[in-house]
Amino acid sequence: MKKLISTLLLALAAGLPLSFSSVAFANEEGVHLDHVEDRSTNVQSLQNGAKLFVNYCLNCHGAQSMRYNRLKDIGLTDEQIKANLLFTADKVGETMTISLTKADGKAWFGAAPPDLSVIARSKSSEAGSGADWLYTYLRTFYRDPERPTGWNNLVFPNVGMPHVLYELQGEQRAVFVQEKNPHEEGKTITKFEGFEIEKAGTLSKLDYDKAVADLVGFLVWMGEPEAAHRKQLGILVLLFLGLLLLPCAWWLHHVYWKDIH
Amino acid sequence: MAAGKKEPVVVSGLGALDKPASGLLTWVDARFPLMENWRAHMSEYYAPKNFNFWYFFGSLALLVLVIQIVTGIFLVMHYKPDAQKAFESVEYIMREVPWGWLVRYMHSTGASMFFIVVYLHMWRGMLYGSYRKPRELVWIFGVMIFLCLMGEAFFGYLLPWGQMSYWGAQVIVNLFGAIPVIGPDLSIWIRGDYVVSDATLNRFFSFHVIAIPLVLLGLVAAHILALHEVGSNNPDGVEIKDKKDANGIPLDSIPFHPYYTIGHDLFAAVVFLMVFSIIVFFAPEMGGYFLEYNNFIPADSLKTPPHIAPVWYFTPYYSILRAMVWNFFWVDAKVWGVIAMGVSTLIFFFLPWLDRSPVKSIRYRPTLHKVIYGVFLICFFILGYLGTLAPTDGRTLVSQICMVIYFAFFLGMPWWSRMGQFKPVPDRVTM
Repeated sequence: MKKLISTLLLALAAGLPLSFSSVAFANEEGVHLDHVEDRSTNVQSLQNGAKLFVNYCLNCHGAQSMRYNRLKDIGLTDEQIKANLLFTADKVGETMTISLTKADGKAWFGAAPPDLSVIARSKSSEAGSGADWLYTYLRTFYRDPERPTGWNNLVFPNVGMPHVLYELQGEQRAVFVQEKNPHEEGKTITKFEGFEIEKAGTLSKLDYDKAVADLVGFLVWMGEPEAAHRKQLGILVLLFLGLLLLPCAWWLHHVYWKDIH
Repeated sequence: MAAGKKEPVVVSGLGALDKPASGLLTWVDARFPLMENWRAHMSEYYAPKNFNFWYFFGSLALLVLVIQIVTGIFLVMHYKPDAQKAFESVEYIMREVPWGWLVRYMHSTGASMFFIVVYLHMWRGMLYGSYRKPRELVWIFGVMIFLCLMGEAFFGYLLPWGQMSYWGAQVIVNLFGAIPVIGPDLSIWIRGDYVVSDATLNRFFSFHVIAIPLVLLGLVAAHILALHEVGSNNPDGVEIKDKKDANGIPLDSIPFHPYYTIGHDLFAAVVFLMVFSIIVFFAPEMGGYFLEYNNFIPADSLKTPPHIAPVWYFTPYYSILRAMVWNFFWVDAKVWGVIAMGVSTLIFFFLPWLDRSPVKSIRYRPTLHKVIYGVFLICFFILGYLGTLAPTDGRTLVSQICMVIYFAFFLGMPWWSRMGQFKPVPDRVTM
């Protein structure tokens, strides 16, 4: 009897994770995100990203936790920042604030454009990193006459933001097809087929993808400017703990416990 | 004091030293029981000599407590408990305050590590029956510490004022609204407003930095005093005080200091700090489990996130809350959920009386018990994992099954803990 109970319990214990993992997989959904390589430590990319950021984003979006002179961390000088990037402030010590109020933003776009200081960190999910989300988002705007701005987006449907980078990317149309829903009889599902270029932009597809990757790299860097320093320091701390303190502590244990049996 | 050749001064009373008196220590000891306490709790506190891996987590919990208090003190210097400024002040700490990012990551990682260490510490207690007579009060103080820790974590989590902070607090405070009659007024009283707001943030800040830490420190002192009164249990569950030498010192014991302090726990502390550092320096978000991604979006009272998940250490109980979907006896399922969640944490208090096993340690228990412990642990993990996910019919069913097993483990303990063939317990500890 006891054997039987324990066998049953064991079977239950083994079966539960299985049943539950199948449940977990059956419910996964969402748009596939394109993966972008990490450019947040590449100075050249970061500088290009910073340029794109202040030119295209920093009009409607602010980055109020980000100081202009922090851009010195990506190899720029105060003079370069002043001459080329200082659009919304007078001094390099100021933060990247904008004059658009939240109320105006809400009235014009339906939702106030979010602050971008930590946007890359907030967009991470099970589907992919924040960088992947931003990279896919900025490349999947398409023309949609039904939206007030004339634009729609694949990863953020019915987004209030128009396609700010359309001069670079050009204008594209999304092709959707209706397919039979495999799970529900008689219903169809809308499936995305691909994009068709309607009007070419100033950049080729490859160059546009590179520019967006640079911009995303900058957004990732801006989310945590200390990240690279943090990892460098981490190696030193681990070396100190592992090579110095750990052997000392082990030796002390050995010395104190050698007579304890 | 005593000049050159005079007889050494021997201080009488409780503070008396057995060595010739000299200097500052004697002066202090004549006025304060310093050495007496040092001996009682450190150099002449006799602990079993067979402590294993599981006995690291008590001293590690103390280490994390110190980390949290010290980093917390520095965070309070720069943090602004103001709904308009809180989110930004955290980013200010991360960017502008020298080493602020390190202090903040240590604090956020410390919160999760505190729970990991405390859960392992509690599991140790369960494995070796450390809550059994005469250690019931040690355990009860411990469970109170655990509840305080949950309160501390809950209040602290609102402070960064991100979306998860905000909506997590909203969900939990609303639970009190489920209490019949007084519920709705009670939740308004807790929040200080009709929704989570600046008033809520300020009082949670006060609870997080003053009220709960004070209680916590008191309870930690009580936990240790109670432990040192009755003496530590050990992996064999043998009472070492039953076998003493001529001087009244247990045969299977060694002084806590220096054998455990320097000779044992120091090593554990270094290993722990290495794990801690790996997280702090290389993965402070821990894949969204230690710092939730949604919490990088400032709190917005008008935008409810589609899926609100508490931080991982609450998720087993959150799963139990969500698993109750039945309106028993015309009482709303929500009320039953709150009751089930409350009982699932408070039930730990009753372990010393639920467990009727003739032996303390898992080592001498029947295989059946080991299986039951294993199943309980698996259910706890599954509940924890499911609590991080959005509910579906299938997931709710699984969490209901796990919830039933969770409660059956405790409520059935008076019966199953006596079942099976127990192994003989040795007279002395085994190394």
